[in-house]
Amino acid sequence: MRVIHALMNQSTAARLQAAGGVRTLTFDASQPLQLSNGQMLSPLTIAFETYGALNADKTNAVLVCHALTGDQFVASPNPVTGRPAWWPRIVGPGRPIDTNRFYVICANVLGGCMGTTGPASPAPDGQPYGVRFPVITVADMVRAQAMLVEALGIQSLFLVIGGSIGGMQALQWASAYPKRVFACASIATAARHSAQNIAFYEVGRQAIMADPDWRAGGYLTQGTKPSKGLAVARMAAHITYLSEEALHHKFDRALQGREKVSFGFDADFQVESYLRHQGQSFVDRFDANSYLYITRAVDYFDLAADFGGNLANAFQGGQTRHCVFAFSSDWHYPPEGNRAVVRALIAAGAEASFVEVETGKGHDAFLLEEPAFEAALTGFIDSAAASRGLALQGGA
Amino acid sequence: MANVEPIRPMPVLDLGTPAPPRADHEVIAQMVRQNAKVLDIGCADGALLNLLARERGVKGRGMELSQAGVNACVAKGLSVVQGDADRDLKDYPSAAFDYVILSKTIQAVRHPRVVLKELARIGERVIVSFPNFGHWRVRAALFGGGRMPVTGNLPARWYETDNLHLCTVRDFAEMAESLHLTIERAVPLTRGQPGAPFAKNIWRANWFAEEAVFLLAQN
Repeated sequence: MRVIHALMNQSTAARLQAAGGVRTLTFDASQPLQLSNGQMLSPLTIAFETYGALNADKTNAVLVCHALTGDQFVASPNPVTGRPAWWPRIVGPGRPIDTNRFYVICANVLGGCMGTTGPASPAPDGQPYGVRFPVITVADMVRAQAMLVEALGIQSLFLVIGGSIGGMQALQWASAYPKRVFACASIATAARHSAQNIAFYEVGRQAIMADPDWRAGGYLTQGTKPSKGLAVARMAAHITYLSEEALHHKFDRALQGREKVSFGFDADFQVESYLRHQGQSFVDRFDANSYLYITRAVDYFDLAADFGGNLANAFQGGQTRHCVFAFSSDWHYPPEGNRAVVRALIAAGAEASFVEVETGKGHDAFLLEEPAFEAALTGFIDSAAASRGLALQGGA
Repeated sequence: MANVEPIRPMPVLDLGTPAPPRADHEVIAQMVRQNAKVLDIGCADGALLNLLARERGVKGRGMELSQAGVNACVAKGLSVVQGDADRDLKDYPSAAFDYVILSKTIQAVRHPRVVLKELARIGERVIVSFPNFGHWRVRAALFGGGRMPVTGNLPARWYETDNLHLCTVRDFAEMAESLHLTIERAVPLTRGQPGAPFAKNIWRANWFAEEAVFLLAQN
């Protein structure tokens, strides 16, 4: 942390503080954030975590972009929720993103609810924004991250990496800031959100908004919480993160703590009980309005749309080296959508690798143990690090 | 994190003694200019790309049909995508590479002429290596034995082979010319060595080369 403080002291544009005793760091932007919808967002706070040390040349910084319901605690337990690090297999000492070697930054996404400005943050009038918060986009999320990275004094990131909507952010980074991204790893993602995914997200949003406790988005000031709606949203989304095969192997039609069906609407089946638990544990840690805003931002994501519908143009002229990872049983962001990114990269003349991992674990496979994924990711990172002249071991 | 064991230290690249390179790979490496931009179609486990990196300072890229091969290449730090030469070459922009290489792959593609035409579009030069079906041993097996040949270069039986379009040295040269490609070099190989007895011209090479490497350029 001392390193950060020293860095930030050099920057008059930025201020750093320990947020309310929580070990997360916050950055208060001195400039308003320009949003895609034309509005300006101010004030802007970004909560983030760092791991490892920035080298003297500032060439070893890695930005990890988290997924829809993730947070900045990529490699350490979340002190607020008590949940463990969400990507311990990938980020940490001796892992593919080796914190002995790289300076890892992970920021809570714009619109999130773990310290970064979002719909639960106070608006200029002192009351929580609620649905008065502007509708944001993936590009806005990335623009906010770019302000943080700049404030940290980093001209060029060694690697931007993310899975799912974190992968969308990584692609947006490579497209919007090609000179500031040396390598880009996009995992289980897509350059555009599909109709099926918009449909699933809409079910989730409708569930939240149908909950009487949502109070037209004003639940924070009215002392209620749309927990039932948010839990249903999570349950529906969670199904898309698994696969039929994974559900079959994990549960099949096994009954939950009973010998036979109850002829009622209790959670007879294990899969029901599991989903209910997923929904319940989610509402304790996530803000319902954040869920609305972030899913909307992802719905709007279509990287090619800003480039005349030709995705290759989004990467034209960039020197970033890419590696795209897909998982065979992922039906949330299927391999074909990842392959479309690779095709565009090839057409743009970019250096690209494409790894499809054979697995039955579905979309969430990128968070689980997948040796082929880890081996390929390690190879990609080590090779890129060698090209950048970064030492194999050690951060300095 | 305690349950996750470190996977380092591990080497970036295999710096140990490399396996002896395949004969056609060595010939190809000699044809490629230092620091050239190279695309290897059907790069398998990346042996040729590694050889070119080592001997020619080439930062190559690859395409490979088998996903296992691709994953192995990426784990070695190579830039490789999964793809099918018959289907996916159209993604590449024109004149994007100095050399496009097809080593012992052309006989296994569905449309060799279309593939070669695409390679010539993508690369300034195209290098192709292939087993020569005109070799006297092959002819002897067919003519004398009346059986499909099984040789060092054609090790699989007719019902197990991946090869769809076997050709002779003369067949290949004729196809290259029909595509208006100049044959800049043609190297015959025998018993894993460059050269073949009596192979002073393409007619004799057609009898005596077990395999051949062609360097082609656009007219």
